[in-house]
Amino acid sequence: MPFIPHTEQEIQDMLQTIGVSDFDALIDEIPKEMRLKRLENIPKGMSEMEIAKLMRDRAAQDGHPLCFLGAGAYEHHIPAAVWEIATRGEYYSAYTPYQAEASQGTLQLIYEYQTMMANLTGLDASNASLYDGASALAEAVLMAVRANRRSKSKRVLIPRTVHPAYLRAAKTLVGNQGIALETLPFDHKTGSTPVNALPASPGNIAAVVIPQPNFFGVMEDVDALTDWAHAHGALAIGLVNPMAAALLKPPGQWGAKGADIACGEGQPLGIPLSSGGPYFGFMCCRKEHIRQMPGRIVGRTRDLNGKRGFVLTLQAREQHIRRSKATSNICTNQGLMVTAATIYMALLGGQGLRRVAMASHHNTAALVQRLTRLHGVECAFDRPYLHEAVLRLDRPVDDVLAGLAKANLLGGYDLSRDYPELGHSMLICVTETKSEADLDVYATNLQRVLEGRKVANS
Amino acid sequence: MSNVPDNLKYKKTHEWVQPLDDGTLRVGITDHAQDLLGDMVYVELPEVGQTFQTGEECGVVESVKAASDLYCPVAGEIVEVNEALAQNPEAPNKDPYGDGWIMRIKPNDADEVSTLMDAQAYRDMIASDSD
Repeated sequence: MPFIPHTEQEIQDMLQTIGVSDFDALIDEIPKEMRLKRLENIPKGMSEMEIAKLMRDRAAQDGHPLCFLGAGAYEHHIPAAVWEIATRGEYYSAYTPYQAEASQGTLQLIYEYQTMMANLTGLDASNASLYDGASALAEAVLMAVRANRRSKSKRVLIPRTVHPAYLRAAKTLVGNQGIALETLPFDHKTGSTPVNALPASPGNIAAVVIPQPNFFGVMEDVDALTDWAHAHGALAIGLVNPMAAALLKPPGQWGAKGADIACGEGQPLGIPLSSGGPYFGFMCCRKEHIRQMPGRIVGRTRDLNGKRGFVLTLQAREQHIRRSKATSNICTNQGLMVTAATIYMALLGGQGLRRVAMASHHNTAALVQRLTRLHGVECAFDRPYLHEAVLRLDRPVDDVLAGLAKANLLGGYDLSRDYPELGHSMLICVTETKSEADLDVYATNLQRVLEGRKVANS
Repeated sequence: MSNVPDNLKYKKTHEWVQPLDDGTLRVGITDHAQDLLGDMVYVELPEVGQTFQTGEECGVVESVKAASDLYCPVAGEIVEVNEALAQNPEAPNKDPYGDGWIMRIKPNDADEVSTLMDAQAYRDMIASDSD
């Protein structure tokens, strides 16, 4: 739908109808000094030809580096059919449909997405998606505090092995609601959260966040962490990579009772890296908590003639029904991204997702083996990992990454800012998209950089 | 016209209160309230052992067209909740003063219930509401 601005006449008609003299009078509650006069930093409009050139030039700046960078966004192969189908006119909506009678296709797709996500996480129900992984985690924290009525606590434990950006986003989103996010330390040898170092009497806690794999790519002891959370009256929130969930034990089966909520970043399921977005967040939960779950939920029903139909359901959770008591004031979903993800999952199937996760793991293990043969490179942790691993170098990581960049390589993520205690450490990621030759290119160039030789431009 | 039994006490927020022999109070929503809400789909119950002040929110009743807070009619402790509502949320529609009861409260002050409206006062209130 094109955006049609109001004409001056329409604005005058509306002001007259409500009995306000002019636009300034309508907004006179806003102090004058806070009103924006004009958009000083926004340049003048450009023609289509100009903007197309600008965008081409900007895209060219990115180049086409060989990418070994993960840290929350993952380069997986996306079958051409995914976006070919997702961008068909029938699906082309960025928004959740309120009008069920006009939107059965989109509603059915979201229903199937929810079914797939519930299967993937081993939980009962899924919402129609959220903005991204970080906001999904923040929403899961808020949800757990609401849902855990027995604990009456607003404390949530969150391991330092959770993505640092997620932790910051969650603090921003929940901090002003009186919720305390208390971080749990990790073992510097294993890169995971040690269960035996958790407090014996943690007091009242609402929830524990359990990442799998964690930010370092390392497998957490999810069974023990889940059981520990439940033993202390807390809900268990699984923060998972959906691709990994296809291969690993799903959150719904962790420990004796399973996690209560699962959330995470949906980007690995058919969404291109695309400079960081748009992506989508996902959230699933046990049925008993469904009324505390934020976001839209599509349900299946029968119409007047007994035919199958799909509608938005459980809307009393949402802000247009109960504004002040809504589960969240972010009740939209990432319709287009979810469309692509659903098609991606349907094309690959459970077996395909597992093969992608397994191939990524094998490639990562192969690269780790090649790189740790080099002098000055070692594995930082001794626990199993999925498709990311932490390497410790004998010199500052940013210099090494800058050297690799000259060879057109995105070599990894420098951990020294977020985890200075790990020394010169970097996080590398290898997905199924990399060949043996790609791994050799990385190994050869890292060796040259470490030996102070000139890199070969690949 | 809604059914407003004479033997109960009422709040203006449409809860009914029935004093029991053991000094506890059984609480539900009135026939008038269930009629306004329409088909009920869910009742969020308080937890046994929770304490509430008079008028404090202690639960939610949700129908196909609205969700509405449930207010504690007198200060006290929840001693029992109607667990059957989880499977049978439409009970307050069918039998608001019987199977549709919501919770039982042990009041902090046994006399507080006498300050509530009697049936005639509640009838007058809903009659004037609908004017």
